[in-house]
Amino acid sequence: MVSLEVKNITKSFGGLQALNGVDMDLKKGEILALIGPNGAGKTTLFNVITGSFPPTHGQIVFKGDNITGLQPHEICIRGIGRTFQLVKPFEEMNVLDNVMIGSFNRTRNRTQAEQQAGEILEFAGLAGRRTKLANELTIADRKRLELARALATQPEILMLDEVMTGLTPAESDVAQELVRKIRDHGITVLLIEHVMRAVMRLSDRIVVLHYGKVIAEGTPKDISQNERVIEAYLGRQSFASHK
Amino acid sequence: MLSPFLLRLAILILFWAYLGQCWNILSGYAGQFSFGHAAYFGLGAYTSTLLLVNHGLTPWVGMLAGGLVAMSGGLFIGFLCFRYKVRGVYFALATLAFAEILRLIAINAAFVRKSMGIQIPLRGGNSWLRFQFETTNIPYYYIILAMVIGSIIVVHVIQRDKLGYYFKAIHQNEEAAAALGVNLLRYKMVAMAISCFMTGIGGTFYAQYFFFIDPDLVFGPEVSIEMLLRPILGGVGVVWGPLVGALVLTPLSEVTRGLIRNPPAFLPFLFPLKGRSGVDIMLYGIIVIIVIIFMQHGLVGMIMAKRRKWARERHGME
Repeated sequence: MVSLEVKNITKSFGGLQALNGVDMDLKKGEILALIGPNGAGKTTLFNVITGSFPPTHGQIVFKGDNITGLQPHEICIRGIGRTFQLVKPFEEMNVLDNVMIGSFNRTRNRTQAEQQAGEILEFAGLAGRRTKLANELTIADRKRLELARALATQPEILMLDEVMTGLTPAESDVAQELVRKIRDHGITVLLIEHVMRAVMRLSDRIVVLHYGKVIAEGTPKDISQNERVIEAYLGRQSFASHK
Repeated sequence: MLSPFLLRLAILILFWAYLGQCWNILSGYAGQFSFGHAAYFGLGAYTSTLLLVNHGLTPWVGMLAGGLVAMSGGLFIGFLCFRYKVRGVYFALATLAFAEILRLIAINAAFVRKSMGIQIPLRGGNSWLRFQFETTNIPYYYIILAMVIGSIIVVHVIQRDKLGYYFKAIHQNEEAAAALGVNLLRYKMVAMAISCFMTGIGGTFYAQYFFFIDPDLVFGPEVSIEMLLRPILGGVGVVWGPLVGALVLTPLSEVTRGLIRNPPAFLPFLFPLKGRSGVDIMLYGIIVIIVIIFMQHGLVGMIMAKRRKWARERHGME
């Protein structure tokens, strides 16, 4: 069942066409990876979906409703959570309070929010850091906090913008495990990632963006053998190593 | 009993602590730095005073009306700014401009008696109903004390509520807050409404305590500045910040004023400055600047940081 439809989305900034007629479906319960070279328009597509700015043309449809042009908070309330590539923790709040801001999306009650945030910290492996200030965390923990906070809004779709980039291989493995666990809880995952090892192991399907256009779509295996993708993004070297 | 001087000082400390707390809700918690809170203070003062002078309405009711008028003014300017994403310095400038516009209107509008100001009609005697005390200041002390306690309770409740969490989230990162479902416009408007309503009530207290208001006294930039200095010194976005700031700053301003205007015999180097108005304010300003440079999170923030550090050290040793 299709959960999110991106229909013919175009986004121009002045003369620059960042997205050019992008079509994409997100099926319920899958992990879909969005890959492509820097500047391909991946984060722009995230920002259009989550309401940071409206598309120039096209529609975003979520569970049959047209959500194009809604405000970011409305998108979140409807059930699409996101993280930011450059993490944006509330620096001077502790880890628990950071996650509670997310929890308040579904409850008014402070005790409930605190309890739910505690469970999510446990789930994300941050329970030991709950009283630390966000600005005292390591990069890996900040990324985890970013993810935990978005998860606390209880989304149906979780959009992760490079949560594994910049992590050590060991940390990246932990993060992959976490994403898989999130999907096992019934949450659909859309992720932008540059770490190919993670993308290939984690995703059910991959969409490749290049200069604002979808140039390929398919299973990790298809994509790793797609000539255009190899040309534009993966490169001969990387192709060889994946074989 | 307190001497009249100390009683007056205590009332001023509490008065500025109260106004500081009003400002703190919008600017300290929700992070929308207002540089023109005199607007709401003046609206409150003028509303209750006009209702009293023209219609004989008791200031207790006038106070509520003043709060509502101030809140409406706040929501008006707030909507314009927040809807069109006026932030940071630009928001501060917009609020300053709004206060100045009101001041200029008051100076030129006959129905508020232009720059002559309005005298509260003195009926003599002490009356709680009329909010007027001729021979004693003690009731004013209790009224403003109750207002300060009330404001601290309000902030304490907000702080523990979803509202307080959302205010802080907006303060620290609007984009992240919106992505987590925080309706920026709505919550900024709520902060504005609470803050301006309470500030308006403070305006009525001022009118009833000093028996006189004019456009410069209640809409002037000095009021806006005095209002934000105490929470900044004490600690922005901290419940005890405004009170602590007022406890330090109000006596300081009274003392510097006293020292310069009437230098005591044992400080002969101050004699040349005697009677030169403005020098005391400069001295006061310098002290405030020094404090702000060296304690960015205010006095309360500094104490809390120290306590965190000690707690960690103790933790580390175990």
